[in-house]
Amino acid sequence: MIIEKSISASDAAALEIQGISLAFRERRQELPVLNDISLTVPAGKFVSIIGPSGCGKSTLFHVIGGQLKPDQGTILMDGQEVTGQRGLISYVPQKPALFPWRNTLDNVLLAREIAGNANEAARKEAQEWLVRAGLGGFEKSYPHMLSGGMQQRASFLRGLLAPQEVICLDEPFSSLDELTRSDMQRWLLDLWETSRRSVLLITHSIDEALLLSDTIYLFSGRPASVLHRVDVPFARPRRENLAEEPGFLELKREIGARMRAEQSKKPI
Amino acid sequence: MKLRQLWNSIWPPLVAVILLLAVWQAATSMFHIEKWILPSPVDIAKEASSGAAGLWEHTMATLRLMLLGFAIGTGVGLMVAFALHYVPFLKSSLYPLIILSQNIPTIALAPLLMIWFGFGILPKIIVITLVCFFPVAVAAMDGLTRTDRVMLDYMRMAGASKSQIFRKLEVPHSLPSILSGVKIAATYSVMGAVIAEWIGADKGIGYYMMLQKSSFRTDKIFVAIAIIVAISLSMFALIALLEKWLVRYKPVKDNK
Ligand SMILES: Nc1ncnc2c1ncn2[C@@H]1O[C@H](COP(=O)(O)OP(=O)(O)OP(=O)(O)O)[C@@H](O)[C@H]1O
Ligand SMILES: [Mg+2]
Repeated sequence: MIIEKSISASDAAALEIQGISLAFRERRQELPVLNDISLTVPAGKFVSIIGPSGCGKSTLFHVIGGQLKPDQGTILMDGQEVTGQRGLISYVPQKPALFPWRNTLDNVLLAREIAGNANEAARKEAQEWLVRAGLGGFEKSYPHMLSGGMQQRASFLRGLLAPQEVICLDEPFSSLDELTRSDMQRWLLDLWETSRRSVLLITHSIDEALLLSDTIYLFSGRPASVLHRVDVPFARPRRENLAEEPGFLELKREIGARMRAEQSKKPI
Repeated sequence: MKLRQLWNSIWPPLVAVILLLAVWQAATSMFHIEKWILPSPVDIAKEASSGAAGLWEHTMATLRLMLLGFAIGTGVGLMVAFALHYVPFLKSSLYPLIILSQNIPTIALAPLLMIWFGFGILPKIIVITLVCFFPVAVAAMDGLTRTDRVMLDYMRMAGASKSQIFRKLEVPHSLPSILSGVKIAATYSVMGAVIAEWIGADKGIGYYMMLQKSSFRTDKIFVAIAIIVAISLSMFALIALLEKWLVRYKPVKDNK
């Protein structure tokens, strides 16, 4: 279900993260992972996170999803505190994690099923989406019969069809080849520009972030903190040839330089 | 294609069995072994066909007892596993006891159960339940604890309730493991039924064996053993088929 949302509706951000800190503790060893992270996803906006591998991005999603308790900080949705509450976001995990005993269609419908509205109409809708995502004809296939990229697309659809308004994508296109990836990006762009859900996306690709987002947060290495916030000025609807414009290249260079500077701080 | 695969896995053990029977047959006639010590396969087959009528009734009695015990044992095993899985305190306190209990041989318990519960069906069902529930409970608990972390995280973040996680993730995820336990329990249940009948019964294969033992009818005992093996094998095959159907989403393994 894609919820139509008028952008001016309310001032409260769809998702607001305030001063989240978290450390993993194991056998008296402490591993600080998140360090005072604050970011905002305004309603109907597309926000991306770029950060070095292992800095704590997926962990932040687990905190947002209520799966991990932060040591400090709060999560707000539409102005209400929801720290530690589950089931409020639609989530596309980094690993597809499709259920091997469910066929593609049933996997895609899982989030709906959990919410208790996997009816005939939902099945129809899911079927249409499968076709659009290039999975037509694979409705009855089990996950082991799909390629890695197909599994990722199925996992993506599962999150997309979830009823929650805010959608959190953890590197949804990471295991796709270049062509499929840009296909999926364009697809997501079209989709998002017509539906305007609130999106928080983790990605490693600066291009991807610039093409899709309204705002980009750059994270430092572990423990992750917000290094910089980039507001992406390009007008919508955006097309892919945006990537050749000078403004785009300028921003890309700037972000690239910042990330490289951050990476070089750390001995490998 | 599938039939050929089946045939390919069946013929080597089949040849081995036929060879074994042939050697047995040859040995009994070559060394003139007395029939009451070791009857030849042909003798046993003859005995089986002539005594078929009476044997049928005993077989059915054992089958009934075994199936009932197996169903109850499996049910108890599953319930114990689910209970221990959901109540960590129960698990840490009872699991060691359950494992310890497996060191008590069932044969040693059977006479006690007869004294306590008489000669009816109840003590026999208890014996079968005791041998069946353990493999099922251990396999199920093992399967439940090995639930995939990433899938579990997904379910939780999607807001799934405990019962949804149980029904949609934990049970299907541990099903292959549970079924392997059930397979073992199926063959154990045959053994349990026969032991129960040895101790006290007025019908059934176990009872029949005891009867023949006192008259030194070795050939008839062999017939009984053959029936027990046949029941065991068909139980195993039945569960294996069930497994194939329930776990049909698994990739087909190519035997190499
Ligand atoms: N459950 C856990 N227990 C202990 N440490 C953990 C746990 N989960 C993650 N970590 C540690 O936290 C750090 C951040 O992990 P996380 O998965 O959030 O990284 P990431 O930013 O998503 O990286 P990538 O871009 O490679 O996916 C890592 O160093 C990891 O070892
Ligand atoms: Mg990650």
